[in-house]
Formats: sequence, C-alpha cells, structure tokens
Amino acid sequence: MNALEVSDLSFAYGAREALRQVNFSLPAGQFAALLGPNGAGKSTLIALLTHLYDVQRGEIRIAGHSLKTSPRPALRQLGVVFQQSTLDLDLSVEQNLRYHLALHGLSRRQGAARIDAELARQQLTERRHERLRDLNGGHRRRVEIARALLHAPRLLLLDEPSVGLDPASRLALGQHVRQLCREQGLSVLWTTHLLDEVQPSDELLIVHQGRLVASGRADAVSLEHGGSLGSAFTRLTVAGVCS
Amino acid sequence: MNAYWHCFSGIVMREWLRFVLQRTRLLSALVRPLLWLLVFAAGFRAALGIAIIAPYDTYIPYEVYIVPGLACMILLFNGMQGSLSMVYDREMGSMRVLLTSPLPRAFLLASKLLATSLISLLQVYAFLAIAWLYGIQPPVMGLLLALPALLLVALMLSALGLLLSNAIRQLENFAGVMNFVIFPMFFLSSALYPLWKMLEASPWLYWLCAVNPFTHGVELVRFALYERFNLLALAVCLGLTLVFALLAVWTFNPQHAALRKAN
Repeated sequence: MNALEVSDLSFAYGAREALRQVNFSLPAGQFAALLGPNGAGKSTLIALLTHLYDVQRGEIRIAGHSLKTSPRPALRQLGVVFQQSTLDLDLSVEQNLRYHLALHGLSRRQGAARIDAELARQQLTERRHERLRDLNGGHRRRVEIARALLHAPRLLLLDEPSVGLDPASRLALGQHVRQLCREQGLSVLWTTHLLDEVQPSDELLIVHQGRLVASGRADAVSLEHGGSLGSAFTRLTVAGVCS
Repeated sequence: MNAYWHCFSGIVMREWLRFVLQRTRLLSALVRPLLWLLVFAAGFRAALGIAIIAPYDTYIPYEVYIVPGLACMILLFNGMQGSLSMVYDREMGSMRVLLTSPLPRAFLLASKLLATSLISLLQVYAFLAIAWLYGIQPPVMGLLLALPALLLVALMLSALGLLLSNAIRQLENFAGVMNFVIFPMFFLSSALYPLWKMLEASPWLYWLCAVNPFTHGVELVRFALYERFNLLALAVCLGLTLVFALLAVWTFNPQHAALRKAN
C-alpha cells in the first residue's frame, strides 16, 4: 500500500485555479522532493495534505485512508514539519513533545517511551529539558521532526524545512531524513525551491502553475529535460514546457 | 473517550505552562482592572452614589459596585485577545499543529476556548484577592459560587471573540478589537454604572446596554458573588455561549479565510 496517493487533485480559490489534475503516489520508504517556484501551488498542496483545506476535487489517500471520507485515520498516519516553526519557544523540548502526544490522544504514560526513543533517534536526549528558545535552528528543526514522528506516522511531510538553516545544518537535515526512509521505511515528501537539496536518486516532483509538470527519479528527469537538474527545472518552469 | 480526555488535558496543560512561564502576562492582566479599581473608582467615589439595588442589601461604595465588572473586563480582554491569536495563528503558527490532530476540529477548538477560559479565571481570582486586601470582601461562598459564572462568561466572550475574528476581516489586529469590540462592550454595559443611571441619561443608551451580552455576564457574576441567582442573566449567557460557540466553530475554517482573501 502506498503511503500517499494523490489522484486528480484540483483546487481553486474562487475563479483562480491553484492546482490542476495533480496525480502522484509515494510508496513506503520513498523520499520525494517536491520542487516548484514560488506560487506554483506547493502551499496549497500542503494545506490540502494536512487537511487545513478540504479537498474540492480529486482524492488524497494517506496509508489507504481517504482524507475526504475518513480524515481521522488518515491524519493519524501523517507527521508534519511546517515551514514556519510551530514549537512553543518558552516550553522545553519534552513539554513540546508531550503536547503533541496529547493532541493525538495519547497519555503521558503511553507517550513516555516514544519520547525517549524519538529523542534518542534525533540525538536530543541531553537537551530534553532545555527551552526551545535556547536551541539553535538546526536543533529546533530536529525537535520538530521528533515531534512529527512521535505518533509513528507512515508519511512525513516537510514543508521547506531548511528555511533559515545554515548550509551544514541543511545538509545534515537532508541526510538524516533520507536515513529515516532507508532504515524505518518512512515515506517523506520534502517541499523546496532549492535545487541543491535534491539528490540524483531522489524521486522528484516538479509543480508549476498548479500542474505536475514532471515526476520520476531526479537523474532521469534531469536527463530527459536538459541534462542537469537546473536546466531541466528552468525548461519546465520558466520556458513553460510541460511533459 | 480517553483520547479526548488526554487531548483536552494536554491543551489545558500547555496553556497553563505558557501562563506560568510568561510571568509578565499575569502582571499585565492585573494592571488594567487594578488601575480602574484603585484610581478611577477612588476618584469617582464621591461623584457617583449607588442606590440600593439587587443583589446588594445596603448602600455600597462605588469600588464594591465595579469589582464584578472589572473581573469580567479581564475575561473580555483575554477572550478577545486569545481568539484573535487563534485566527491569526491558524495559517502559520501553533494552531496548525492543533488542526492536524486526528481528533474532530470542533472538539479541538472547544478545548482551546475552555483552556484559555480556565487560565483567565486564575487572573480573575488574583484580581479578586487583591480587591479583598483592598477591603472589597464579598462572602466566601459568593467567591465560590462566582466560579461557574465566571467560567461561563469567559467561554461566552471567547466564543464571541472567535466568531467576530472569523467574520470581520478588519479585526486583524488588537487595536481594531479594542476600538470596535472591547470598549463599546465594556462602556455600554452595567460594569461601571447601574442601568437605571443609564436610563436617566438616555433611553436608547439604556437599551443598548440592556441587550449587550457583556451586561448579562457582569450581572451573572455580580449576583453570584453575593450569593444570589439571576435567571435572566444565566439564560442569556448560556444561550449566547452555545450560539457563539457553534457559529465560531462553523466559521473557523482556514479554507474559507483563504477563499475570502482570494476574492
């Protein structure tokens, strides 16, 4: 079963179409980069995948559950790291994590072991009592990833997670998330507008003007549309060439 | 059922921790009503004589009269401010995390309103404690009876704040809320002067005060503080809380806001 299936998804803000007939799927353990220039429709897609907006046309299935007809089991299988930090800076790492568990209906007792495991996995155990305000940007992102994985979702959605991070932290974050895919079978959808965050072996989705204009392995997409990822991206999004 | 309880208690705990950790919040919540009580009321004491009116059994100084209104003022400010931040937050801040919870959105919003209301009560009782030391001492039983009344009023005002913030695009900042909601609601109520005084001044002002939900909230708390029951105020507050909460939850849809912005 795919971790994510998006079928014929369209969305309009009144008369303005933001997404048109978008189709893609993400199998278990897959890392996919969703690339698109500003205004391509990425934010609308994220709002739909996180159930902030209701699906107007088409279908989104998370681990087989339709977001339209059974949002609760679907959201249980979804972990999200938003572009802007949604952590409470005055609370400690552990307090932030406990709050998230509560939102998923889990008690402190049920969640204690998960917090221990997730903090260890993100190498944050020593920082569990520190206030978020005292952590650097890279560590805060890790806390957000730990939080997003606490309820053991099958799909992790990261919306431009590298915003505000220095190059070393960006690289480390990308490596860390890909490792989670390989070792835990987690599926990841990583949105970005930075080409250097995409690796040749990644699954790549390029959106432009609300349409999915290319999908497939990044190296194959690059080869098909211009040789390098940069030239392929330019051809697909600036020149308006669609596959 | 347990999942709902864990979720609700987690939301309350978060509000509590934020309240405890942001120490200046309590102070700033208390400054406003204390200024009214210690400065304004002292100045107006001589100018305003209060006749014997229910629930009081005797003539009372002006400070005694305005304490219930000032307690409700804390709820009014907190309710409006909290609700405005919920609306502001829904597209970028912590509300997004709340909304990705698998539990029903109506439950999450109701829990959030209840949690912020409970925290507001702490501020109200801190104010009542200072008022007590200042010499305004309602019966102890009255202080206990006022608890459910204050909670109901806090919920009503939070739900109204959420509904207004959802519905009126112009209320995007707190200054707008102050000018168009808080000040009119506060001054057009029985918080600072009994309604019969208003009737002497102007019948239409009196009627505006009489239909103001805040008036009924203040009277419910005033009566409860003095161990009296005000059926009309209770009925109005209960009914309006239900209506405001239902409409607020129904209109709190990030998609509606996005579509409205686009049009």
